[in-house]
Formats: sequence, structure tokens, C-alpha cells
Amino acid sequence: MQKLFALTSSLSRRTRSSAAFSTSLLFDDTQKQFKESVAQFAEENIAPHAAEIDRSNYLPKDVNLWKLMGDFNLHGITAPAFKFFFVEMFFCICTSKLVMYAVKLYLTSLSATEEYGGLGLGYIYHCIAMEEISRASGSVGLSYGAHSNLCINQLVRNGTPAQKQKYLPKLISGEHVGALAMSEPNAGSDVVSMKCKADRAKGGYILNGNKMWCTNGPVAETLVVYAKTDMAAHSKGITAFIIEKDMPGFSTAQKLDKLGMRGSDTCELVFENCFVPDENVLGLEGKGVYVMMSGLDLERLVLAGGPLGIMQACLDVVLPYVKQREQFGRPIGEFQFIQGKVADMYTSLQSSRSYVYSVARDCDSGIVNPKDCAGVILCAAERATQVALQAIQCLGGNGYVNEYPTGRFLRDAKLYEIGAGTSEIRRMIIGRELFKEQ
Amino acid sequence: MKILVAVKRVVDYAVKIRVKPDKSGVETSNVKMSMNPFCEIALEEALRIKESGRAKEVVAVSIGPAQCTDTLRTGLAMGADRAIHVEYPGTLYPLSVAKIFKALVDAERPALLLLGKQAIDDDCTQTGQMIAGLLKWPQATFASKVVLDEGNKVATVDREVDGGLETLSLDLPAVITTDLRLNQPRYATLPNIMKAKSKVIKKLTPQDLNVEIRSDLEVVQVTEPPQRQAGVILSSVDQLIDRLKNEARVI
Repeated sequence: MQKLFALTSSLSRRTRSSAAFSTSLLFDDTQKQFKESVAQFAEENIAPHAAEIDRSNYLPKDVNLWKLMGDFNLHGITAPAFKFFFVEMFFCICTSKLVMYAVKLYLTSLSATEEYGGLGLGYIYHCIAMEEISRASGSVGLSYGAHSNLCINQLVRNGTPAQKQKYLPKLISGEHVGALAMSEPNAGSDVVSMKCKADRAKGGYILNGNKMWCTNGPVAETLVVYAKTDMAAHSKGITAFIIEKDMPGFSTAQKLDKLGMRGSDTCELVFENCFVPDENVLGLEGKGVYVMMSGLDLERLVLAGGPLGIMQACLDVVLPYVKQREQFGRPIGEFQFIQGKVADMYTSLQSSRSYVYSVARDCDSGIVNPKDCAGVILCAAERATQVALQAIQCLGGNGYVNEYPTGRFLRDAKLYEIGAGTSEIRRMIIGRELFKEQ
Repeated sequence: MKILVAVKRVVDYAVKIRVKPDKSGVETSNVKMSMNPFCEIALEEALRIKESGRAKEVVAVSIGPAQCTDTLRTGLAMGADRAIHVEYPGTLYPLSVAKIFKALVDAERPALLLLGKQAIDDDCTQTGQMIAGLLKWPQATFASKVVLDEGNKVATVDREVDGGLETLSLDLPAVITTDLRLNQPRYATLPNIMKAKSKVIKKLTPQDLNVEIRSDLEVVQVTEPPQRQAGVILSSVDQLIDRLKNEARVI
């Protein structure tokens, strides 16, 4: 009967791979429910497009994935919520530790008149969403992460009520796409050496310069951009700005043709005498480096969900394959070498997952440790590349053929060793902190 | 008006079923369980009726072991207002379930009782019909379309039958069981999952409802269907006729 249902079902629900590993200690019941819900949503709405997105280097034209994710309340997980019902307010105050953290930095509060359509929840939920979307498609996951964390979360943490009111609702609904730009063609790891200038002008600033590797750059309506208001002051001269796509003097250059994460549009941004009004300064002038560095900690945490999803996707493909594929008269999953590989993949995933969600729990309690935020993505990303390589190996010749997704998993996983601070930078951050603490 | 929806906790449709070594049943420990797909469709229909302003309250009901609360939580997260869990850890057959529902309906007095047409574990396709019989309510099974009239007095239901579609007109209160093409169930979104945490699940036992669970049925053995044999290519029509007559015995 069950097969009959699956066959005759006109619903788009497909047979989900049942590689849902025990996560009993990591999540409470509500988080588990959410994880299953997003997994199902991603499996039915995002996964079917994943191969084509990678092949064509475009998001699907017939389906608006941004709007779909917005309808599923995925964008504003960490943004302030509606304040209609007492019950919701109660939950928001109890669960929204992130908001207490934001209050520490600025006196932006959950004032009863503010409603942006967000959920006021924390990083565990955001990481769960990131993991499940990346499991369906690494490219969509990365774009989603850049939109919901790099852009939306930075606005939530640093924006004035007026800025939040102006930009958040459309970003959270998925009508607008967000992006963030700090790196430049000549300023990657050494991002503080950026040369993009913001000269003071009447009523605002004039921006000149370029930004590189901006995820969502080609399609974003709202962008958070860092520029130097005071070149001589080095790191203390950086200011964060909110840029709108239509501002005169702002344009985007060619879309990059990348190894992986294809379909997650990345491009160069060009500023030619772009005027940005005073009210679009995010945070305070000259204080951009704090916005940037503290944002990077949380960015690394949330993006660490990406490699987790990719590792899970690898196992989703490998486990059924080694059961079906027979050689020498037996399923190859019965041979020790394959069992060894599968075991290594499994333990890499489970250990990374434990690390990521423990740190997410800490961040939800207001304890943000830069060493651990860097540590989780360092760990998860490097493991994910190895797991993807093993996934290709388990599939043998088939793994080398693009009809199977394992090649895409490897190409997507590799990005996470580079973006949001390269592995080398992450190691430097952790080692330097440990040394300082001695 | 109030709508009662029956939801059953069953083995997830995507799971590969295995028979227990002692042949007493199907392996259900450490196996993913979820809401019966037809029950999801029934709940979705109830929610749509509520959203169109026709119903005030949607109550989800489940009968079974303690873990049924998970299924009810999913129902609450989809949008049901409250839930009732009749806890019974043992095996339940449709007639017992129907008797429990009769007692619940007598207590709750809904105008509409929605169920899935069958559960994907036992495929009985009996419970809705039996409840209607016990309550002496009109019933429309295998519904592919449900339309209520202005005063919530009459339901017009399209049924999927072997010959095509049959349209019935039922006076409420009535029992309707849902078929596949009635609607596409919604996802439980995170805000609704959070809201569901504060919704009430009332716990009852069959004794509370004065229902005695007994069965005239006993499962003797559960075995897998015979392995499908490979096909055979025959060389002549005579051979085919011979095989059909003497081996398959169909002619």
C-alpha cells in the first residue's frame, strides 16, 4: 500500500532518504519538529532544482525560491517578531537570547510597536535552517545564508529603528534579496586594508571603489557595504553603509563563473561617485570594524550549518548506493573498506554537528566566543571537503560522472574553506587568542 | 461549527517495511513514524473550512500509545486549535476506534467528523464508515471535493468511485473520509510550531469514555509477500496457453 501511495501520489512528496541520524541530545522537541519541517520543505521545493541550478549557474526562473523561503518564515529567524499575542511575546522574550545580546550592544529593544515579520528566535534555529537548505542545494544554502545572516542579521543587530523599518520587512518576506560586501580584489584576508573610499559630502558620503566576491551581488536590492571614511586611521576608519540597488553610481559587474556554489550569484560591485545619505550609515562612523568583526563571528557560526548539510547530503546518496551496488556477488557496503569510509563520513558529520550546535546554544545564551565561532566552521568545512571526496570514491566511476550529485557536493563544500575567512585566517584567530589568554 | 479530525500515527510512508522475526507483526521500534497521509489531507480540509470562516474550531483526535502526542503536535502545528489523545497502548481495530469516536462525538458534538479514507499501515478503510453507522450519521467516503452550503447545513461531496465521480448531498452532522486528490496539505511553519506549544492536548482513556476494548479478531501471522519471480520468455503461443492453464491455473 505504501508503495502504491508513493507511486500514485500526485503530490510532489518524494521518497525521502531515511538517513536521519539520532540527534536526541542536540535538539529539544520543538527544534526537532522544525528540523523535520524544513527538511521536508527543502526536499520538495529546493532539491528538485539543485542539479539544474548547478548546471546552468542560475536560480530557477519559474519558481521564486526567495519568496518560497520567505513564506516559510526562513529569512527572519533572528529578527524581531510580531507582538500581537501575549503567548508569542512570552516566547520571544524567553527564547530570544540573541535579542538580549543586541540590547547589550545598542539600546534597540523589542518595543511593542515594531513588527518586521521575523521570528525572534536564535542561532540554533538559524543553523538548522541553514543545514537543511544546504542539504537540498549548497548554492541555495549559501545565498540563503548571505541573505538571512550577513545582511538581515547585521541590520537587526546594528540598525536604527528607522533603518530596520525601511529595509527588514521586504528582506524578511523574500521580496527583496540582501547581500554584504567587505572583500575587495586586493583585500581578501587582509580585509582591513580595503581601499573603497567614503568621502564626506553634504548630507552623506560619496563612495568610490570596488568590492569583490559579493554573494547575491547581482540580484540584491539591499546591500551592507564597508568603506573607509578615514584611510589614515586603518581599521578605525571603516564605516558600514546600507546601499540600495538603485543608488546612482552603484553598479554590479560581471557574474563570476565559479568552481562550485553555482547559481549562488557572485559578482564585483562598482562604486563611481555613489552618493549615500547620512541615514544609511549602519552603526557609527568609524566604528564599522566592530560591526564587521562581531558580525563575522556569527556569520561563521551560521554558515557552519552549510558544510553540515553537504555532509548529510553525501551520506543520503552514499548509503543507499552501497546497499544497491553489487560487485563480487555482494553489495559493496559489505566490504570493510567501504564500511570504513562510511564510518568516517558518519563520525565527521556527527562530531562537527555536535560542535556547531553546542556553540550555537552558547551564542543563544549571549556567550559569543570568537575562537569557537571560527573553530566550528574551520572544523565543519574541512571535514565536509573530505567527506565529499570519500562520497565520490564510494561511488567509484559513477562518482566521477556529473549525473550523480557527488561532484557537485565536493565543489560546493570547498567554498566553505575559503569564504567567511579562509581556514588559514581561522587558525590564526584561534591560535592568536589562545596565546593571548596564556 | 466544530470539526473533529481523526489523525493516526503510522509508520512513515517512505520507510522500508520489515516483518518482525517472530512474524507477529511489522517492525515498529526505531522506525520513523508520522501522521497518516490521508489524515493530513483530512486535517488540511478542516483547516481550510475554518479559514473560510465556516468553522470556529478544529479539534484533532488520536487514539493510541503515548507517542501519539507527537502526531497531535504536528496537527496543532498545522493549525488545529486543540487536541484530544485517547491513550491505549495495545492493538486497536476499527470497531473499537469507532466506538471511542462515538463516545467523543457524543461529548463534543461536532457538526463534521473528518477522517482519512484509510490508514497506510492496515489499509482497513472501515473506521469512518463504522463511526457513521454507530452514530447513524450520513457518510461520504473517498471525498475528492467538499463544499458546504451557506448555513452549514448541507455538504455536497464528490466521491471517487470505480466508475468515476459520484456527487452526494449530505445533511450535517456527517462523516466524511478523504481521498488523495482532495487537497495538498500545508507544511507546519516555525511560527505555528511555536504557537502549538501552548495549545492543549487533553488526555483520556477508553475507560473514561465507557468503552471496553475487545476484539473478535486476532492476528495469527504476518509474512512478507512472496518474492516476485523473474519473468520467463516463452517460445510459442501453445507454451503460453499450457503455462496459463496448468501452472498459473487462470484459464
